[in-house]
Amino acid sequence: MISDKVLARLKTAAELPDLSGTRYRIVDQIGRGGMGVVYLADDVELGRSVAIKVLDDAQEARVLAGLEHPGIVPVHDAGVLPDGRRYYAMKLVRGARLDVVLEKTPHLPDRLRIFQKICEPVAFAHSRGVVHRDLKPSNIMVGEFGEVLVLDWGAPGVGTPQFMAPEQASGEVDGRADVFALGKILEIVIGINAAKPLASICRRAMESDPARRYAGPLELSADIAAWLDHMPVSAHRESVGERLVRFGSRNRTLLALLVAYLILRLIVIFWLGR
Amino acid sequence: MDADTQIGGANARFPDTHPSVISAAASDDAARRRPGQEALIAAYWKPVYRYIRIRWRCSNEDAKDLTQGFFTAAIEKGFFEAYDARKGAFRTFLRVCLDRFLSNSRKSASRQKRSGELIEVDGDSPERIFEREWTRSVFEDAVVELRANFQKRGRGLAFAVFERYDLAESPESYDHLASEFGISPAAVTNYLASARRELRKLVLERVRGVTSGDREFRCEARAILK
Repeated sequence: MISDKVLARLKTAAELPDLSGTRYRIVDQIGRGGMGVVYLADDVELGRSVAIKVLDDAQEARVLAGLEHPGIVPVHDAGVLPDGRRYYAMKLVRGARLDVVLEKTPHLPDRLRIFQKICEPVAFAHSRGVVHRDLKPSNIMVGEFGEVLVLDWGAPGVGTPQFMAPEQASGEVDGRADVFALGKILEIVIGINAAKPLASICRRAMESDPARRYAGPLELSADIAAWLDHMPVSAHRESVGERLVRFGSRNRTLLALLVAYLILRLIVIFWLGR
Repeated sequence: MDADTQIGGANARFPDTHPSVISAAASDDAARRRPGQEALIAAYWKPVYRYIRIRWRCSNEDAKDLTQGFFTAAIEKGFFEAYDARKGAFRTFLRVCLDRFLSNSRKSASRQKRSGELIEVDGDSPERIFEREWTRSVFEDAVVELRANFQKRGRGLAFAVFERYDLAESPESYDHLASEFGISPAAVTNYLASARRELRKLVLERVRGVTSGDREFRCEARAILK
């Protein structure tokens, strides 16, 4: 009987891509996405490290090759392995996963700005007719200089249950399925006890009826920008009290000057009255 | 643990790469049903037997009897016919049937105050144990066929290198194997790559043979190779 140790090695061995005859040499396995396994590899011709993704069909590589955006990992090369599997070589992203970065980013506006950067490549892909279908923190990398890269494009219809729009179960999706997933990610970004307008933004993004969600990631991002600028948020009907608080937050300097002026006036009136 | 049985073992023929084995096993047509059932039993005999041995800590003989009893009940009571591919993988369905069968066997043994009562062992989840033993069985049989194929094609040296590296408990380095076999380290790499490629093909053939369609095949292939 094969031991557990040998079985583990055989499983790894059977999955390893045979890259003999190519310019790449596998160094290590670095991840596993919805569509395949990602390896760290050396490009011996150019003397650089790349990420090689091996998948069962070429859909993802074709999808990726058509998307050129700073927030989408560029594909360098693609090919077919001797066993028929497809692979593509892409830029090796050096950075950390979104969930790891969020743990180290306590300041809410900073977290929201990272979130806005996720919306940009997703909106770009939608404009090219591509829906991600599996947006989640583990598919989003934040680079050393704060750049955000969205990975794992071209996944099949099945997403990750925790982030999946209800309509994805039936397979018929458009960009609003990604808006739903972005709402789920935003929920993580803002945390519990979030301000009411932010919670309303999340709720609108995650409406079970796609028609009631934001039309796209940019509209969602615009509402976040409005909240950051102390402006009204389209997803939230605010009370008079909330409006006053928002006005106060937005015009802090003006209010401070006004209060200082009033205090000064009071002092002068009091002084002259003596 | 005493030695495993050889029944349903290394020489058991796995079904061909036709996705219809499961539907054949559930067919109304006896001429189709029988080979389908035999193919499924050949594929699952060893995982079922080992699952019983590990999870219920049975002796070789008791586990063999229970395995035999389970497959007999599967045929007589129409377990295979009850499988609905829309509800999940066949492997999971079979494991649930097996657990039910073992639970009933335990109750029956307890009622009759027989010795050798089945005792459930704590540890990994039943699904995990069954998946692991199913994976082990698929790889074992794929390795047996790989050896036969390579020997038939006069590629015994390639298999020997594969055996000394991928099948060894503590593999030697490529350089060591190269000097032992009198070949270059690059040849070691090439022999290993060709053996692994063929192993993968044989493993996937087996998985395809006992899955009900493309979707289940992809899920099972991913599960077995991860």
